[in-house]
Amino acid sequence: MDTVKIVVLWSDLLIYLLAASLTLFFWNMRGNPITAARWRQVFGTRLGMATFVVLGAYIMIALLDSLHFRLALEEDPGQKSDQVYFDNQVVSVLDLALGDMATEHERTYSAPFALQSFEKVNMKNADGVSYRDFPRLEHAGAHLADPADRGSDLVLQSLIGLAKGGVLALIFVGMQWFFLRGSTLPWRAAWTTQAVIICFAAWLIHIGNLYHVLGTDQAGNDVLYKSIKGVRTGVLLGTLATLVMLPIAVSLGIAAGYFKGWVDDVVQYLYTTLSSIPGILLIAASVLLFQVYIDLNPEFFEIGLEKADARFIALCFILGVTSWATLCRLMRAETLKISQLEYVQAAHAFGVSHFRIITRHILPNVVHIILITFVLDFSALVLAEAVLSYIGVGIDPAMASWGNMINTARSELSREPAIWWTLSGAFFFMFSLVLSANLFSDLVRDAFDPRTGLEGAA
Amino acid sequence: MFAYIVRRLIYAVPILIGVNLLTFILFFIVNSPDDMARSQLGEKYVTAAAIENWKIENGYDKPLFHNAEAGGFYAYTDTIFYTKSMRLFAFDFGRSESGRDITADVSQRMWPSVALALPTFVTGIWVNICVALMVVMFRGTKLDRWAVLVFVSLMSISYLFYIIGGQYMVAKLWRLVPISGFNPTADAWKFLILPVVVGVVAGIGAGARWYRTLFIEEASQDYVRTARAKGLSEIRILFRHILPNALIPILTGVVVLIPTLFMGSLLMESFFGIPGLGSYMLDAIRSQDFAIVRSMVFIGSVLYIIGLILTDISYTWADPRVRLN
Repeated sequence: MDTVKIVVLWSDLLIYLLAASLTLFFWNMRGNPITAARWRQVFGTRLGMATFVVLGAYIMIALLDSLHFRLALEEDPGQKSDQVYFDNQVVSVLDLALGDMATEHERTYSAPFALQSFEKVNMKNADGVSYRDFPRLEHAGAHLADPADRGSDLVLQSLIGLAKGGVLALIFVGMQWFFLRGSTLPWRAAWTTQAVIICFAAWLIHIGNLYHVLGTDQAGNDVLYKSIKGVRTGVLLGTLATLVMLPIAVSLGIAAGYFKGWVDDVVQYLYTTLSSIPGILLIAASVLLFQVYIDLNPEFFEIGLEKADARFIALCFILGVTSWATLCRLMRAETLKISQLEYVQAAHAFGVSHFRIITRHILPNVVHIILITFVLDFSALVLAEAVLSYIGVGIDPAMASWGNMINTARSELSREPAIWWTLSGAFFFMFSLVLSANLFSDLVRDAFDPRTGLEGAA
Repeated sequence: MFAYIVRRLIYAVPILIGVNLLTFILFFIVNSPDDMARSQLGEKYVTAAAIENWKIENGYDKPLFHNAEAGGFYAYTDTIFYTKSMRLFAFDFGRSESGRDITADVSQRMWPSVALALPTFVTGIWVNICVALMVVMFRGTKLDRWAVLVFVSLMSISYLFYIIGGQYMVAKLWRLVPISGFNPTADAWKFLILPVVVGVVAGIGAGARWYRTLFIEEASQDYVRTARAKGLSEIRILFRHILPNALIPILTGVVVLIPTLFMGSLLMESFFGIPGLGSYMLDAIRSQDFAIVRSMVFIGSVLYIIGLILTDISYTWADPRVRLN
């Protein structure tokens, strides 16, 4: 009997395709000694190692969260046929790893690590007299015999969680140490970061199953769980949108710079027109139109998640299609410069075909610009998601995203006393991702862009 | 110079036609007049007659590009594209879906936008350049490296957090100024000071970092080495030699933005309740008023093209070697 039914969303497929192609891309770059030396420059710094590990952790979460399936429901006693029915709830491997965090709903708001709800309700005591008080939470600290033990229990459970993480980290880092100890790169920074992340994650999972580390939101959902689910949205948007943009920008830019003449005129006209439109309006208009399309054709989507996923992919496409102008301009300028060089002229003289000149002589020399754009755009897109969600043209509210969290947190903060934890959760996860992406992309740019070599010089 | 500007303005015409064509395709072909009628009249129970009626009332009953029935020149003018999109060139924006005069709305809402955007812009540049100059004085030291790290951290924080945080601390906790609102009289500054400060602080990270890069690039030039060899003080080199020369790249980035200040800031205006063009656009997006969005796209493109022309002109002023022809 089947126990799970695998659900493949379009975005799941895309993220794994993306991961595979990126791995292939880096594998191919290994062969080139100049590229290898540049990567060594990036990873030769402790900052490069540490930020890469953080980014890797985020990507791992996103990948785990992209394996979706529906669990089979328990067979009903009165059921006649052998048919297996599946839960309407789609879960991912990440949900399994996080344990009960996803399902432990409370009634409404509760503060981080709280045992009681945030709002008073009418209750009746054993004698039937009604009174108003903060009710006990259903799940947080349910294992405690006496609420007064919370302090000591927190310390104890934290130690257990950290110990679990410590053991895991020791095994994980130990294996790497065994294979990599001869390397000259600053692996120690990577290992320290890994150990910290593993311990922190183990602690979060352990204690997050006992308490609500970041409290709960209005519907009683665990805020920490929501913030972690936002990782996939952020990472995917940051990579997919650039991936959509790359082929357009690269092909048009190289074509304009290489063929010149009317091709150049047309491409220049296209990107000037596009970049003169206020970006946010173009994106908003496109998203709204797609939303109209979804609303008019509900029959294409079987479950709610697929609808949200379709809107998400549309958003990635729209962001990609509206943002290729900058890279295209860079590609055109660089191709113009390269196609004047002697070796390209020589290739012409030998009668090498246009296609071959572009793929063998021009493309390899502009790859660094593509790479720099890819890493630089990533953080910008993650930040843009929050703004778009605020405007109402971002991620579908049914999908977890930091933008949607910030959006709701805005009114929560103006309550008295303020509800700050939703905002903090989104802030922490978003900030650490964007910061490490920014720091890493700076290093990549310094290593790959010959012009900014000056930056470190005094 | 005059001939140059005229030529640039003529070049702008095909770009603006392109912009119109693109928005037209988005709004009328992807989302056909029938769909528009349906969503305006309510999704269900709409008869074909009601749709036709709505289309005639709102002028959507014509063909898209080519009207075969009308003869001669009118075959191109008696179409939806001409009546809805091309008249934007005369800055005739028509009426919004809710029946308001867009031109009047825009000219009225422009000024609160400028009142917010201009001070933010000017103070922002001034603060960023000052901070960058201070950091450049310590270039190559540990202080410089830490400053860069701080800049990168500041720019990793979403704009929304700056706004929400600023509103919470200044207006709610300390109760120094009103949280939001606008009053176009003498005490408008009370409402504007918080958004301006938030806007400036939010921009420091990216701005100061960019200016620092420009200054440092300039500082590695030969003329700086010569100046140092002459025995000039570091302060004098920084202010008399590096700063004027770094003005050229600064101008490219800055001048193009000046006309777009009229468009206002979507986020700032909606968070702080300022009735400018930014909140106008946001309201239009949220209520799906495509007539307003289309007009704002056109205005934004015009302002951007003006910005590009201004940039070229400012080059000749900042760098006497540049000649426009």
